[in-house]
Amino acid sequence: MITAEQKPIQEIIQYIAPYSKILLVGCNECVTVCAAGGRKEVGLLASALHLNHLKQGKNIDIREITLERQCDPEYVEELAPYIDGVDAVVSMACGCGVQTIAARFKKTPVFPAVNTRFMGASVSQGVWSERCKGCGDCVLGITGGICPVARCSKHLFNGPCGGTSNGQCEVSPDIDCAWRLIWERLKELGMESRYEELMEAKDWRPGGAGGPGTIIREDLA
Amino acid sequence: MKTDSRLEKVLASGELAVTSECGPPRGCRPEKVTEKAALLKDHVDGINVTDNQTAMVRMSSCTAGILIKQMGLDPILQMVSRDRNRLAMQSEILGAYSFGINTMLCLSGDHAKFGDHPMAQGVFDIDSVQMIKMVQQMRDKGLFQGGAKIDGPPKMFIGAAANPFADPFELRVMRLAKKVKAGVDFIQTQCIFNLDKFEEWMKGVVDRGLDEQVHILAGITPMKSVGMARYMKNKVPGMDIPDDVIKRLEGVPKEQQPEEGIKMAVEAIERLKQVKGVHGFHIMAIEWEEKVPQIVEKAGLYPRPKV
Ligand code: SF4
Ligand code: SF4
Repeated sequence: MITAEQKPIQEIIQYIAPYSKILLVGCNECVTVCAAGGRKEVGLLASALHLNHLKQGKNIDIREITLERQCDPEYVEELAPYIDGVDAVVSMACGCGVQTIAARFKKTPVFPAVNTRFMGASVSQGVWSERCKGCGDCVLGITGGICPVARCSKHLFNGPCGGTSNGQCEVSPDIDCAWRLIWERLKELGMESRYEELMEAKDWRPGGAGGPGTIIREDLA
Repeated sequence: MKTDSRLEKVLASGELAVTSECGPPRGCRPEKVTEKAALLKDHVDGINVTDNQTAMVRMSSCTAGILIKQMGLDPILQMVSRDRNRLAMQSEILGAYSFGINTMLCLSGDHAKFGDHPMAQGVFDIDSVQMIKMVQQMRDKGLFQGGAKIDGPPKMFIGAAANPFADPFELRVMRLAKKVKAGVDFIQTQCIFNLDKFEEWMKGVVDRGLDEQVHILAGITPMKSVGMARYMKNKVPGMDIPDDVIKRLEGVPKEQQPEEGIKMAVEAIERLKQVKGVHGFHIMAIEWEEKVPQIVEKAGLYPRPKV
């Protein structure tokens, strides 16, 4: 999923300072799972903003809505009845959701309330870690199911580098060295010999170097 | 001979080679490069010019290398994959070779986190193994990495690093084998303080016959003080400093520690000379270049062969 974290409240307050009628929009997908921008967080942020304005003796009108999927124009359409009645939209979805709203409603400014972080997985309760960088040419099949692009700090294809220390990455003792993990996994699978195959220089085009990506499925389009 | 590299000639002659290094200055002071190089000039076969070492901005490796080349010496161009994509690497190699720089070292580089621009985006378009392969293809096939023909290919003698002390240890010979497969000609190792472990690694190298395919230069660093030893043990990634190294330095008064450090370096060289597959030494005297001639002489590696 896509992970996100709420922005510092002061930043959000600055964005909306000129406005008094706000549409605060959450999303029911990834940001709900990582507890950054679901229905619950929408409610909490609305209260925090109300409180702040109250303290400053200002009025603010916040309408809360949480869409099924903010990166989907079909659901974003549900905002249409409210949009003319507000000065600005604050989105608690990932950057994809924010942009879907901006693309649909040309005249109303939209501000992000979260920082979109990475594509990750849940590791334990309340902990998410980066797992994929969307390189567009997945190599997990030859690296034992562990991603060298997202999980090696230097995205080495022929690691590990000389900086590994006690099995951890040179960048931080809190980060597992991806290549240590890859090696351990290849051993478990009895695929040690695969390690010595040279991995060729990567073609970065499918992962973004070729310009913004678009997928067109003729059968569906 | 694949190249005109002096280092290649020394190694081919069967003599033990000696290289050292020079970190370019953090400013526009070319005299700092030439002064350091002058200290090393008669005692080494090649001078590594580091590339934004520890991720701190410095004069570029190529330009500092040109300054050294113009003194009639033999710079070894270091290149890290952290700061350049494959286009920038290849153009730098063309430029360096046009000035007569014919020996280089392919590295991944320390992560930007360790330097003075921790906010920078690391490039890492290709890794050090892929860089070796690219430079070899430029030399032997006259082709750019992208496949187009080079009009006047650079003939680089290709080096890389190896750290026998990083873990998993069992991978360290295999990773060297990968670099050999990619086409590396020589290896400079991480500073060796744990000689037993290094010898164990070399045994693995020899058992696989890799010593027949690549020249290993053992990395030697003289300790200036016990403080430096402790710092390296605790702060520098991938270092293996056994406790007896620290104890030995602790055992002598502060003013004598530099001398003791040099003694230890010379002893290490003497011992490693006996190790099968060690074809020379890479002496990294960090900000202490003036001591290199003394180490080379004491270790019986002077005069350097005329090739
Ligand atoms: S190899 Fe590419 S697609 Fe596969 S997990 Fe890693 S970044 Fe994602
Ligand atoms: S220590 Fe491991 S994860 Fe970190 S940069 Fe080196 S190879 Fe990659």
